[in-house]
Amino acid sequence: MEQSWRQAKGMFGAMLSAPLFWLVVFFFVPLAIVFAYSFGQNVGLIDISVFTTFDNYKRAFEPLYLAIFVKSIWIAAITTFICLVLGFPVALAITFAPPKAKAWLLLLIMLPFWTNLLIRTYALMAFLRTEGYINTTWHWIFDGINAVSGGMLGDFRAMELMNTNFAVVLGLVFVNLPFMILPLYSTLDRMDRSLLEASLDLGAGHISTLFNVVVPMAGAGIASGILITFIPALGSYLTPDMLGGPDSQMIANVIESQFKRANNWPFGAALSFLLVYMTFIGIAIQGLVERKNAGRAA
Amino acid sequence: MSKIGRRSLLAGLGAAAVGISFAGLSGCTKPGGAGKTINFYNWDTYIGDTTLADFQTASGIKVNMSIFATNDELFAKIKTGNSGFDVIVPSNDFVTYMSQADLLLPLDHAKIPNLKNVDPAFMDPIYDPGRKFSVPYTWLVLGIGYRKSAMKDGMVPDSWKWLYDSDQYKGRIALLSESGDLMRLGAKYLGHSVNGISADVLKQVEAMLIKQKPNVKAFHSDDGQDMLMSKEVDIVMEYNGDIAQVIKEDPDLAFVVPKEGSQLNSDCLAIPKDSKNPVEAHAFINYMLDAQAGAKIYEQILYPTPNAAAKALMPDDYKNNPVIFPAPDVMAKCEYAAFEGPERAQVYDAAMTRIKAS
Repeated sequence: MEQSWRQAKGMFGAMLSAPLFWLVVFFFVPLAIVFAYSFGQNVGLIDISVFTTFDNYKRAFEPLYLAIFVKSIWIAAITTFICLVLGFPVALAITFAPPKAKAWLLLLIMLPFWTNLLIRTYALMAFLRTEGYINTTWHWIFDGINAVSGGMLGDFRAMELMNTNFAVVLGLVFVNLPFMILPLYSTLDRMDRSLLEASLDLGAGHISTLFNVVVPMAGAGIASGILITFIPALGSYLTPDMLGGPDSQMIANVIESQFKRANNWPFGAALSFLLVYMTFIGIAIQGLVERKNAGRAA
Repeated sequence: MSKIGRRSLLAGLGAAAVGISFAGLSGCTKPGGAGKTINFYNWDTYIGDTTLADFQTASGIKVNMSIFATNDELFAKIKTGNSGFDVIVPSNDFVTYMSQADLLLPLDHAKIPNLKNVDPAFMDPIYDPGRKFSVPYTWLVLGIGYRKSAMKDGMVPDSWKWLYDSDQYKGRIALLSESGDLMRLGAKYLGHSVNGISADVLKQVEAMLIKQKPNVKAFHSDDGQDMLMSKEVDIVMEYNGDIAQVIKEDPDLAFVVPKEGSQLNSDCLAIPKDSKNPVEAHAFINYMLDAQAGAKIYEQILYPTPNAAAKALMPDDYKNNPVIFPAPDVMAKCEYAAFEGPERAQVYDAAMTRIKAS
């Protein structure tokens, strides 16, 4: 039986107080401090004045930093796109898997979360480096072909995989793929399958059923999958730092150096907040998509 | 000046690793000890295996070690106050920085009798006149680590040119990602001092690095020796001790201080102003300067020691190792980088951001 929260205000308040306290003290307050820093400047060796200047934002809008923002958005967008293309079929396959296998498949998707991100990145490095598993395997195949064909391929040259933008995108896809698959799966799983049968019965092929029926119905899942893949990818710091080359600087790396090397917390705070604003915009867009979908369903 | 290289591959996991490797010590009992615990904030691979246990046996004071990777990380922790650390290991310029910011406790030399072991040449440095706030733990020099078999015609790459200004080793070069070190050594290559670099020279260095960037495989966060070992690159900018550690494992590696000269650093032991156990911290620092204890440490970390008494106890392959102690004529051209105000770091960092974004 449903009961309005108005009928149990005391209970509602008691239940809400703990998370509310948590949210305010450990989220809003720190965020407000960073926000205050973003209008501040260094005073002396260790102090920061707050709400004294707009210079940090002015500097953040210099072409140098805008270009880094654009580059970060670009890398995050490619990552999200690849995750979507890879994740959709996987989510679909899990949806149609037998119930027993389903649990195991979902477990497999979540398995990487049991390991620290840093360890997973080091594992990737072991694969990608010049003398890593990929290159040693490739060397072995290469030598095999050469032995059979009498040196047809010439001298072996290791593939340059590490310290490239390719490695960064690969690393980000590797890390973020589960974030795409899980929301897609939860939407697809709730889908009314009789609609698929109807579509197939009425003469649509599998492909056109997929794009005209499944994809539109999974719209909300796709939107939230895109959002929760794109946002962490945009702010990723460890992956470009460890897998990237001299060209792979993303905005979070610049923010990190402001808080550490440059010891310019106010400017770092301003850059962080620009990232927060962009996230808000992303969430707003997702909200619109969802409302549109809800409207269609109604 | 980061020296992540002093860390092994998994150093990023410092905290976790420490938890594992030092947890065992908690079981040790101390005979007649004070039963106190001090917190020691150190670089990774920067202490002897048994040093902390030996100190506990000798004094009854337990040392709890945590690891940091860059001076900036150390500074950020201490700056916020109440860090809980009793002994820290800042580099020379950060000794100046932190003492000016009033973050360090003036040392009581009467409580550190082993100061007599320190080479007098290290007793009155510009960065800490009269050793008021710090005692020297190691010194180090930046140079070029390289793979001998990969050098053209077996030459010795004894100039910064091979890193900064040449496509000879295209794609096989790794430079330090520390903006300050990178800019200063670029200025050194162009014939200037590492201190008081003018805006013009800085611009030249920036342009040179932007031009050189396509030849550079990576800006490493001081794990250059690992990249060298795994044949990821053939020539890196690194600290002498880091390369000395890997030469033991791979004799095809070598180290040279370029003929233009280089930058010296010195890591020092100091006590944060808000340390809760200053007496025990002094005792620990005194122990670290002990000749026997020092010899055990340096034998393992392979960094040059400013401790004359400890050095006297060291085997010849340490004392006469040209990687650890480069030739005096080239050392004469090396300088310490001074602390030039907090804005300086921002200038270097902005240049680095431009280089990476270009």
